[in-house]
Amino acid sequence: MAESRHLLDVDDLTREDIERVLESARSFAEVLRRPIKKVPSLRGKTVVNLFYEPSTRTRMSFEVAAKRLSADVMNFTASTSSVEKGESLKDTALTLEAMGVDAVVIRHPVAGAPWLLRQWLEAAILNAGDGMHAHPTQALLDLFTLCDRLGDLEGRTIAYVGDILHSRVARSGIKACRAMGMEVLVVAPPTLLPPAELEGVETGHDLDAVIPRCDALYMLRIQKERQEEGRFPSLEEYTHLYQLNPRRLGKARPGVVVMHPGPMNRGVEIASEVADAPMAAITAQVASGVAVRMAVLFTLLGGAEGGERVA
Amino acid sequence: MAFKERVKVMEEADIRRAVQRISHEIVERNKGAGNVVIVGIRTRGVPLSLRVAEAVSRIEGLEVPVGRLDVTLYRDDLHTMSQPVVKETHLPGDIEGKHVVIVDDVLYTGRSVRAALDAIIDFGRPATIQLAVLVDRGHRELPIRADYVGKNIPTSVGEKVRVALKEVDGEDGVFIGSDDG
Repeated sequence: MAESRHLLDVDDLTREDIERVLESARSFAEVLRRPIKKVPSLRGKTVVNLFYEPSTRTRMSFEVAAKRLSADVMNFTASTSSVEKGESLKDTALTLEAMGVDAVVIRHPVAGAPWLLRQWLEAAILNAGDGMHAHPTQALLDLFTLCDRLGDLEGRTIAYVGDILHSRVARSGIKACRAMGMEVLVVAPPTLLPPAELEGVETGHDLDAVIPRCDALYMLRIQKERQEEGRFPSLEEYTHLYQLNPRRLGKARPGVVVMHPGPMNRGVEIASEVADAPMAAITAQVASGVAVRMAVLFTLLGGAEGGERVA
Repeated sequence: MAFKERVKVMEEADIRRAVQRISHEIVERNKGAGNVVIVGIRTRGVPLSLRVAEAVSRIEGLEVPVGRLDVTLYRDDLHTMSQPVVKETHLPGDIEGKHVVIVDDVLYTGRSVRAALDAIIDFGRPATIQLAVLVDRGHRELPIRADYVGKNIPTSVGEKVRVALKEVDGEDGVFIGSDDG
């Protein structure tokens, strides 16, 4: 982020950048606890939420974050826009450019869409999820939640469990955890792993074997259509081998953190008792989302390159 | 830009005496310290506010609440800052009806103080907000003045005033200099 006005993937961020965002996010979490949860930092700036894919949590989280910073927010949903009449992403971008928006938060089913947008717009681009590719703000809010629960992350171990192949959450999350000095494991059936090996990541298929080594367990959502695609024989078998249930959790380290990006399939990748247990940080992840997105918007829109602070 | 020191205008003892005098003035003006809250502006206003609060507490024989304020979110010159980082803000309890004394090291354009006023008002409605600074160097860009001043140091715009405090810098002193390069 030091060189860029955009947040497209975690690759854009150095460890220092990440730590700076997390530090700012801690202050924004404090702002969110005040009686007046709004600060004037981005007054006069316009942020557009450009959502080509359905989303509840991410879109609302970005909207609240921008509003808490006093920015003006416009929401664009593909299903109720001229996209239905055949308008291309480029034409939508040019419309936004002509309106003089300051930041565009984009969620798109096609990987790489935010990079395309960057070519056509002067505004800061924030990737809010592109296809199966990247979801950097989710990775940052997961780190924020992890720091909150575990303190220093250096040398800690996290396992991403489940559908790694189709998960942008895992892809960005793994990079972010590695950047912070964490050891990352992935655990999944072979059919739900990416074809190429993930750099610096230990891959396994046996959840029971890795649980005792982990400080955090990141359960990924199983999409039912993956089973219809024949990625695994049945939900029952997946549940038997990969569900985080009280029995498996019993073998985990004390203080282990259980995470999930939501929405959860209770009873599939995570047992209801585990989802509601004190070690589950799932609602904390949602709460972190607003503070972290405020920090990202503020960092991208609040400063200027080469500027200097005066008293 | 590195700071090139030229003159030391306040020694450790001068700063100590200034803090003492400001503390007495705060007690006098507010007829005691029972309703006073002291709030330091980050960075160097924070250790200064702790010194003032300690002195006021000693004079009055009661504990004075102290807070710290990061005003980054309220500045009107964010676009001139590279990589702004927001630090923690903490106010000690409800400030409704209290006499809030903002403490900062240097009063210059007045923009930090304006930001601090906005930030404090977001937390509640104090009876009064007062301003204490160690150094007033002039060149105000807003109609703001300090209620308590450690030392007036007339400067030219090209000069820099640097306040060093033991808690942050390892030594106490106020220096006038210029930017190196």
